[in-house]
Amino acid sequence: MEKIFQIGLTHYLVVAAILFAAGMFVVATRRNAVAILMGVELILNAASLNFAAFSHFVHGHITGQIVSIFIIVLAAAEAAIALAIVLAIFRHYRTIDAEETSLLKD
Amino acid sequence: MGELYASFIRPKEINLLYLIPLFPLIGAFINGIFGKKIQDKLGKRANHGIAIAMMVAASGVALYAFLGMLIKQPAGHRMLHDHVFPMIHIGSLHLNFAFAMDPLSGMMTLIITLVGTGIHIYSTGYMHSEKAYWRFFCYLNLFIFSMLLLVLGDSFAMMFFGWEGVGLCSYLLIGFWYTDKKKASAGMKAFVVNRIGDFGFVVGLFFLFWGLGGYWQKGQYIDETRGAKDMVTLTAGPSVLPQSGEFVAVDGFTRKGVTATWIDPAHAAHHPGESLNLLAEGKGGPGAGAEQVSVVVGPTMSFNELRGQLSITDGGGRRPLAEHLAKKKVWGVPILFFVCLGLFIGACGKSAQLPLYVWLPDAMAGPTPVSALIHAATMVTAGVYMIARLNFLFVLTPGAMTVVALVGVMTALFAASIGLFQYDIKKVLAYSTVSQLGFMFIGVGVGAWWAGAFHLLTHALFKACLFLGSGSVIHGMHFLEHHGGHGGGDDDKPKDNRLAADPHDPQDMRNMGGLRRLMPKTRWTYWIACVAISGFPLAAGFYSKDEILWKAFSGGNILVSGKLIWAIGLLAATMTSFYMWRSYYMTFWRREPTAEMKEHVHESPLSMTSILMVLAALCLVAGPLLGFPMAFSGKEPLLERWLNPVTSLAPFRALTHDKGLEIGLMMVSITVAALGLWAAMALYKDESKTADKLLRLRRQNDGVHKVVYAKYYVDEIYNATVIRGYMALCRVLAWVDTYIVDFIVNAAGAFVRGVGWLSGKIDKYGVDGAVNGVATLVMAGGRRVRKMQTGRVNNYVFGIVAGVMLLFIVTVVAL
Repeated sequence: MEKIFQIGLTHYLVVAAILFAAGMFVVATRRNAVAILMGVELILNAASLNFAAFSHFVHGHITGQIVSIFIIVLAAAEAAIALAIVLAIFRHYRTIDAEETSLLKD
Repeated sequence: MGELYASFIRPKEINLLYLIPLFPLIGAFINGIFGKKIQDKLGKRANHGIAIAMMVAASGVALYAFLGMLIKQPAGHRMLHDHVFPMIHIGSLHLNFAFAMDPLSGMMTLIITLVGTGIHIYSTGYMHSEKAYWRFFCYLNLFIFSMLLLVLGDSFAMMFFGWEGVGLCSYLLIGFWYTDKKKASAGMKAFVVNRIGDFGFVVGLFFLFWGLGGYWQKGQYIDETRGAKDMVTLTAGPSVLPQSGEFVAVDGFTRKGVTATWIDPAHAAHHPGESLNLLAEGKGGPGAGAEQVSVVVGPTMSFNELRGQLSITDGGGRRPLAEHLAKKKVWGVPILFFVCLGLFIGACGKSAQLPLYVWLPDAMAGPTPVSALIHAATMVTAGVYMIARLNFLFVLTPGAMTVVALVGVMTALFAASIGLFQYDIKKVLAYSTVSQLGFMFIGVGVGAWWAGAFHLLTHALFKACLFLGSGSVIHGMHFLEHHGGHGGGDDDKPKDNRLAADPHDPQDMRNMGGLRRLMPKTRWTYWIACVAISGFPLAAGFYSKDEILWKAFSGGNILVSGKLIWAIGLLAATMTSFYMWRSYYMTFWRREPTAEMKEHVHESPLSMTSILMVLAALCLVAGPLLGFPMAFSGKEPLLERWLNPVTSLAPFRALTHDKGLEIGLMMVSITVAALGLWAAMALYKDESKTADKLLRLRRQNDGVHKVVYAKYYVDEIYNATVIRGYMALCRVLAWVDTYIVDFIVNAAGAFVRGVGWLSGKIDKYGVDGAVNGVATLVMAGGRRVRKMQTGRVNNYVFGIVAGVMLLFIVTVVAL
């Protein structure tokens, strides 16, 4: 029982999996572009968490943690660009509904 | 191998001769390119101003070169040379753009530039109402340029350039009034007939170049490969060679880079080396004891080099190279015979000899100054000039010389007889020219080179005078073209030959008559020229014609008896006298001028008559001055002495030196000339007295008259044989072309079309089908697959998730 509460690798992985699943759910279900972006942030954070956890518990080096930092930077850049795109879409379509912007279909 | 000698004329290099042809070329260029504008803006005066200025400049340079430089050279080396630029250097062919003036070409240059200038001045009067005035002077200048190139060129190639150039100008000027179809086709006729001659010229040239392969005896210069040109240095033995001056080395200039062989005369040893180096070492120069001369041997185009190598003589007086050339045979005939015959055919074309003379009478369609300049004084003498220039070559083949002399004498007689009954004044002069050219060919044919050249000179003077006189008459009679003359008669019927067929023809002598008071200056100059041509003493023609006849009589250079040639020539001379005086009396006497003529006919302007007077004066002076016979003075005539250096390798072989005989024959000549004059006077001087006699004579000899008047139907014979034959050949070839060649071509075309059709089908249904099928397939597939693209981000995310899960499952299950 004690073992359950002793924080280990599994805990991190579970949290990360929940985060990932939540993110994936948001991305897959929401139509609002900003919401989708938020989902993507969740997925990235899940991945980041996994890196840090594996780095700490399995490897013992800081390589994974550095990759996490990279992921955070990447997420920031991604958010900036994606928000700019969303803004442009809004200007053009007066909406940010992802379903409405299906021009590439045909 | 004993010693060898050679006589090589060492020319004086002088950078001046190129100016003589250059000036007329500039004139032709200016009038040819800007002439129309000049004529419109500045008037005709500017056109002829340019042309005449260029002629005067050329004459000035020519006179300076002749009097200031050429005469001052020592007789043995009397030659000026002007190397302008190297033209072609391939293998053994070394061609330079170079000019040379020796006594013969100097004489020709003076005739061309001076008579040419006179005729330019005369043309300003004759052509003053011509619209295309600029074009006329452009052509005239271009002609002078070409003629000077022909005469001054130092090689066969240069001569040939001029040869073709004068042919072109002749064509352009005969067809000057090209809107008249008859005149235009006369130009074409001249050109085509000349081409036949030119072909002979070129063939002869090729034979010569081939024949000069080399050879020599006993270890000295044997080179039958025709690859190399050598220079050999030989001792000169003045005693062996006729009329040679002192001998010095050849200048290295034209021989730069040529391998030379220095033959030590003392030891007969060879020392090969580069020619300039040899000269620098003093090996080509005059030696200490014996004098030396360097001679180029091998194939050459240069007249002087050709002459030099043919002059090489050994101690025994034999000429090894000349003999080798003379002995060389193709198809069993000496190559030199082909060479000389080919060149003579060229001469026949240009100088209007049998059987190629037909173009010259037609050439009278051109303006009269052109007839005087080109078709009497200069261009037609090119053939004579060429043979006189190549005397050292012709003298090696007595066979070819015999041909030349025989053709000459036959032409002289033939043309003179046609001239007897012509009514067109220019036609009379044209046949007279052909006949006189025949005399010149007798001269060069029998080996009397200087006499041929002398007759060339005197003929240039008196025939130019006659032609220009006839031009003056035609100019005066021009009103006929606008006014009606008296009634016409029918040419074919011998009813009344006092009347012309065409009363509007200003050239028909039957429309003339009684002009002596209306055109006194023209009449007297024409009279003087008639005296000169018919061979009365003290006028030019007597000396030259008589010299030719005497040389024919006494000469031994040819294979047939000279006396035969003399007899035929004498007959031709009689006819010459008759038809010339006939033309004089028909034009200027015969009857009193009609009132209409008195009103319209007037003496020509001073620009025309002044030239006539100058030429007439020269006709009187030139004969005794240049050719006073040796029989009287005991000295060689001036012109003979002057031309001696040119003809020294081809001496005239006289069979007799009988002075009494010569004077006797001279008397015979004078008698026949007087006979011609008497007959013409009796028949034509006063129409009112002689008309019946004439008519009777004509009736009695109607058949002969008809044949001769029709020029022996030569044109018709040519038409029936050569032209018809040629046309028939053309038709056969056309048939072959239409039915055989075209059939093959069409069959090939049809075959290719069938193959093309098949190929097209394969392409359309096979290749294109496959390509289109693939495209259709891809499009259909794409249409289906496109449905997957919904455009919804969410769907894609589901796709990604599903894919990842699938991969996961596959990985887990598979492992």
